[in-house]
Amino acid sequence: MIRLETVTKRYAGGQEALSGLSLSVARGEMVFVTGHSGAGKSTLLRLIALIERPTTGQVIVDGQNTGRIRRRQIPKYRRQIGMVFQDHKLLYDRPVADNVALPLVIAGVGHREAQRKVRAALDQVGLLHKEKQTPETLSAGEQQRVGIARAIVTRPKLLIADEPTGNLDPDLSLEVMRIFRRFNEVGVTLLIASHDIALIDKLGCRRIALENGRLQNEFEDDFAIDFGGHPPSASEQDQWR
Amino acid sequence: MAVTRHSDAVAPVRSSGPVTIWFTRHVSTALGSLGRIVRQPFASLMIILVIAVTLALPAALHLAVKNFAAISGNWDDALDFSVFLRDDLSVSEAQGLARLIGQRADVEAVRFISADDALREFKQQSGFGDALDHLARNPLPHTLIVRPSGVNTSQSMMLLREELQNLPETDLVQLDTDWVQRFQAILDIARQTILIGSMLLGLAIIIIIGNTIRLDIQNRHDEIEVTKLFGASNAFVRRPFLWGGFWYGLFGASLALGLVQYGLYLLRPTVARLAGLYQSGISVLTLDAGESLGIIGIGVLLGLVGSWSAAARHMRAIEPR
Repeated sequence: MIRLETVTKRYAGGQEALSGLSLSVARGEMVFVTGHSGAGKSTLLRLIALIERPTTGQVIVDGQNTGRIRRRQIPKYRRQIGMVFQDHKLLYDRPVADNVALPLVIAGVGHREAQRKVRAALDQVGLLHKEKQTPETLSAGEQQRVGIARAIVTRPKLLIADEPTGNLDPDLSLEVMRIFRRFNEVGVTLLIASHDIALIDKLGCRRIALENGRLQNEFEDDFAIDFGGHPPSASEQDQWR
Repeated sequence: MAVTRHSDAVAPVRSSGPVTIWFTRHVSTALGSLGRIVRQPFASLMIILVIAVTLALPAALHLAVKNFAAISGNWDDALDFSVFLRDDLSVSEAQGLARLIGQRADVEAVRFISADDALREFKQQSGFGDALDHLARNPLPHTLIVRPSGVNTSQSMMLLREELQNLPETDLVQLDTDWVQRFQAILDIARQTILIGSMLLGLAIIIIIGNTIRLDIQNRHDEIEVTKLFGASNAFVRRPFLWGGFWYGLFGASLALGLVQYGLYLLRPTVARLAGLYQSGISVLTLDAGESLGIIGIGVLLGLVGSWSAAARHMRAIEPR
């Protein structure tokens, strides 16, 4: 579903966010990208969402070489991908149902059909009873679930999430991950950036660990530093937040 | 009685065609933009007022010129030639000439004013009565007031004038409408000035609406970013702002029409007094349906141009980060 071939992303100023990164995520897989701030997690997701373009290398998503997608075609490309953000990115001037309906409105789905799909999506995240409320009246966990409902309302094959549990306590985090799990079970490919390694270990999914813009084991080979693969301590995690 | 019923009551709901989707999208976007304007009544009213005043100004000037042109047009229809005859012509010769000219097809009527009559009239009107009594002889010539018939064009009028001037008995032909033509030339200048002024004011409206839409875009920065993240095209993001410009233009132009009509209402007594002085049926010409539609059309067009220019400039700058 996702394939990166020796992707380097260098920002103006010479700072390299990704250095010759190659990886692949199979269709139907649920994969976590881990690593501390600046490791390149967000950059990876932004390249997939075509928010940014790689300096060199290729990003191939669902058989499409994203380098060949022109600026005008980006909107159509993005409509195939569901996105979840750490800060939810909800619109606070409209009720929950309208927030969830946004991708459907953009895609030009008829009103009646959109309503049905919005209700189905909200039902899946357990927020059907709050569809008429505004996001402000919801808790952080509920807001994130609204964000997830919005991401899956168009039934995308691929869902990418950047630190979706970054602002949530462990119980809410687990709940969000369970929701992701259920989508994965019906065939959605998920790529989730997170630093909550304890939680990821509980779910037993594949982990892609990034370190300074490379896969962590490559980094270890290069510098012969043995991290031992142990989950980071709580204090280390705090540091990453 | 057999009633045939169409089966649409039981037909399943079909998914809408692309045209229907396009149409519903526009309707809902239009209503959404309208809602936004209504929800900020004070700010919106200010912008609409500015647009209305800016549009009402050239509309009112246009109306003024139109009315003056209409009044001078009336004079134009009634223009007479004053044909001053040579001094040595006798009364009977002059009367004969009057009859002759009166027979022309392009002449409606000829009035003969003898030199004596003219002098008497002049004495009465000028107040130089006593002074004029001391004149050795009457300095005024016999005069024919020639009224052309209504079928004349301005060209045939020129021809008539030329022919009258070329008569051997004629000393001088004076077209009483010279000043009307000068007045019309002034009106032409006024029209052109108004046109140029209107263009500048139109530019001002584009800038006002453009600036309003620019602020609107800035206020909705987050929303634009999120919609772009979920695959909204520039056209989709632009649409509500274009509708915003449309509404500002429409409401501004409608209010401008209202202002002009109110101005006419205020002028009515003054015009009635003027008409009384001239003992004529001068009535004020109002904006006709075509002109009203034109003003609304111009308002809408300026609104769209203003919002489009703002959207084109600022929309691209907002990309998801």
